[in-house]
Amino acid sequence: MNKLETEAKGMSTQNYSLFYGGFKALNRISIQIPSNRITAFIGPSGCGKSSFLRSFNRMNDLIPGVTTEGKVCIDGRNVADEDVVQLRKKVGMVFQRPNPFPKSVFENVAYGPKLHGVKNRSDLAVVVEKSLKRAALWNEVKDDLHKSGMSLSGGQQQRLCIARAIAVEPEVILMDEPASALDPVATLKIEELMNELKANYTIAIVTHNMQQAARVSDYTAFMLTDENRAGNLIEFGTTKQIFTTPSDTRTEDYITGRFG
Amino acid sequence: MNRRKLSQNAAFSLFWAAGIMSVLIMAVVVGYVLVKGLPGISFDFFTTSPRGGLSGEGGIYSTIVTTFYLVVVTLAFAIPPGVGAAVYFSEYSGSTVGSLTGKLVDLARFGVDTLAGVPSIVFGLFGYAVFVTAMDLGFSILSASMAGACLIIPVIIRTTEDALKSVPSGYREGSLALGANRWETTWKVVLPAAFRGISTGILLSAGRIVSETAIFFVTLGGSYRVPHSLMSGGRTMALHVYYLAMETRAFDRAMSTAAVLVGLVVVMNLGINTITGRITGKQR
Amino acid sequence: MTFGTKRAGTQKIMRTVLLVSALTSVLIVVLIFVFTVGRAAPAFHEIGIWKMVSDTTWRPGSGEFGILAMIAGSGIVTLGAVLLGVPLALGSAVFLAEIAPEWIAGAVRPSIELLAGIPSVVYGLFGMAVIVPVVRTIPAPGNAGYGVLSASVVLAVMILPTVTSISELAIRSVPAEYREGSLALGATKWETVRRVLIPAAKPGIVSAVILGLGRALGETVAMIMVIGNSAILPAASTGNPLSIFLSRARTLTGNIAVEISYATGVHESALFATGVVLFVLIMLINSLAALLLKKGVR
Repeated sequence: MNKLETEAKGMSTQNYSLFYGGFKALNRISIQIPSNRITAFIGPSGCGKSSFLRSFNRMNDLIPGVTTEGKVCIDGRNVADEDVVQLRKKVGMVFQRPNPFPKSVFENVAYGPKLHGVKNRSDLAVVVEKSLKRAALWNEVKDDLHKSGMSLSGGQQQRLCIARAIAVEPEVILMDEPASALDPVATLKIEELMNELKANYTIAIVTHNMQQAARVSDYTAFMLTDENRAGNLIEFGTTKQIFTTPSDTRTEDYITGRFG
Repeated sequence: MNRRKLSQNAAFSLFWAAGIMSVLIMAVVVGYVLVKGLPGISFDFFTTSPRGGLSGEGGIYSTIVTTFYLVVVTLAFAIPPGVGAAVYFSEYSGSTVGSLTGKLVDLARFGVDTLAGVPSIVFGLFGYAVFVTAMDLGFSILSASMAGACLIIPVIIRTTEDALKSVPSGYREGSLALGANRWETTWKVVLPAAFRGISTGILLSAGRIVSETAIFFVTLGGSYRVPHSLMSGGRTMALHVYYLAMETRAFDRAMSTAAVLVGLVVVMNLGINTITGRITGKQR
Repeated sequence: MTFGTKRAGTQKIMRTVLLVSALTSVLIVVLIFVFTVGRAAPAFHEIGIWKMVSDTTWRPGSGEFGILAMIAGSGIVTLGAVLLGVPLALGSAVFLAEIAPEWIAGAVRPSIELLAGIPSVVYGLFGMAVIVPVVRTIPAPGNAGYGVLSASVVLAVMILPTVTSISELAIRSVPAEYREGSLALGATKWETVRRVLIPAAKPGIVSAVILGLGRALGETVAMIMVIGNSAILPAASTGNPLSIFLSRARTLTGNIAVEISYATGVHESALFATGVVLFVLIMLINSLAALLLKKGVR
């Protein structure tokens, strides 16, 4: 595999800007997110981390008045040109607050595969079991797959949502502050899980918790709003480098807790 | 993939059709009544009373008067207990959970919910049994308005309670912190702040009385004379439409009266929308 | 000091006055119950409850007071209204909640709400002037246009706004997270509506339909005007079972309204009994709605 191909694989943006109506929320962001690694996006609230993350599966399309400039690519293809349904199959997402459907555990995980054409009950059962195992939830729910997903604890619900995302076999998983609504023990479980998942998936995570970024991620991107309140990418590098020898003073200020 | 898009397109076309169909139905009903009814409306139509007769001669003057009296008297019966109940539910019932008063509150809520589900003919039957016959008030505005009040009390309670709930709790806290008691706070701060919302509810209830026919069919009699006291019977505009259509088959006059009714309803709806629009506008 | 006492006194009095206001509804319900059941008691006693509700012959002149025909009339006309009105109402609700652009929804919603404000007597008149003549063109023996079908069409329009607005509210109050969760998994909008939003909104939708049912059962004047008011069991006039919808009929509500002003004695009591049966039916339906809602929430 030559260098060009490696670059074509995975997620990247080029001079990407995003507008809410007349307001510029993201300013010309270019980044190359490495495959099969965990990349964390950190920065003060309102810096556009979540908006940026949602650009990769075009969830921003749901907000009226959103326009973009530049390119967001996955595997070298501009997401704007892709069929949004196919795109979202390829790019899984886990949200800030666990959002299982008001259906059984089984139906929650089977939801995606069913949409994408898996009809056979036994095939579905295989996918569900595999996904729940990968999401480290199987042992806790295997005895009663037909209880409501809403009856699980917050941490279990979030792992159910991860299982649900995995079940459609995505290449990428976006996580938007996936542990912010969870207690420390549940958070730790999610972090362990992310570590196991990165062997198979490219993971991008938005977090407001710097310790979490330092613990789980391989790469870290620091974002900050400029004087016009538009989000900019300030610095991007290995997590070790960002946290120990940041090259930008603003990154250093943020990391050492001087603002934010 | 294509199949999924196709089924989406097919389904969405059906939903568009349903939406368009609903609007069409409204347009046809309102349009038909207005087109058939408006030509029969003149100044005289409003100022002369029906003269009876087989083809429904005359205008609707007395029915307008009756409708107006009935609305005013019914509201007079319904507003005090309706608003009072809503104030109690919204401002006083919070601290009573578990106590005897709390049980009374549950009972009262159950009463309101039940009352809201009673079909109007049963209110009519009740009014007929109690006011018309047992209390010997006869077919009269008094009997009819008391029966009508039962219909709108739940409406007034619900809308008033919503209006009170949308008053920011900061208003109450501010007043209580100045040493005002619960009643003074309610009377001087909360009720004035909820005034627009409460008016909407009252307007809505007035509309229900204007529209209602079944209750008054069995409590108001059907006289087309101008009422001279609370003990007079009469017919509202809605009742007049019924009598014209069913007894004289004077469809043209019935349509004209119906057109007036529909026009009134449209104006009231616009009124309600303006008031609520202003409320939400203010809150933004 | 005295001023303070006076203030506290007013506060106490108002508290009691307001509590009494809150209990007014209970008082009315009790009075309604006592008076309608009280006045119905002679009929129930003389004729027997079971005989009344199971006998199809209503002939006050010869002392026959069976109301099964009216129960059936109310039932079939309500069924017809639900079959015609509910699909349209649910379609409109989904349209307003999920599909229509905001400016279109903003115009369609008040149009449908306007239907709720139109007096039922106007619907009756519209039914007599427009729907009955159309129905009359259906070739069937004895079909005069007045009957179950016309009544069902009128009722369907009358329940449309109630069912639409409550269902729309139910769909709209499904948390946005469900919608996002489904779309993020690559579901199309329609799949999201069908598999997530509608199931999640089901308790609300069911209660909307049941409220519509209650409204249909309670409607009086519009029914009298178009249903023909014959106190007979609706029946098919031809080999086609659907012709039952062309039969004349009478509703429970119509039975009361048409006859109460001249009825006396057992006849009058039997009309109050009709009211009790109607009231019980509607209470049953409302409790069913409450029960289903509870079950749906789980």
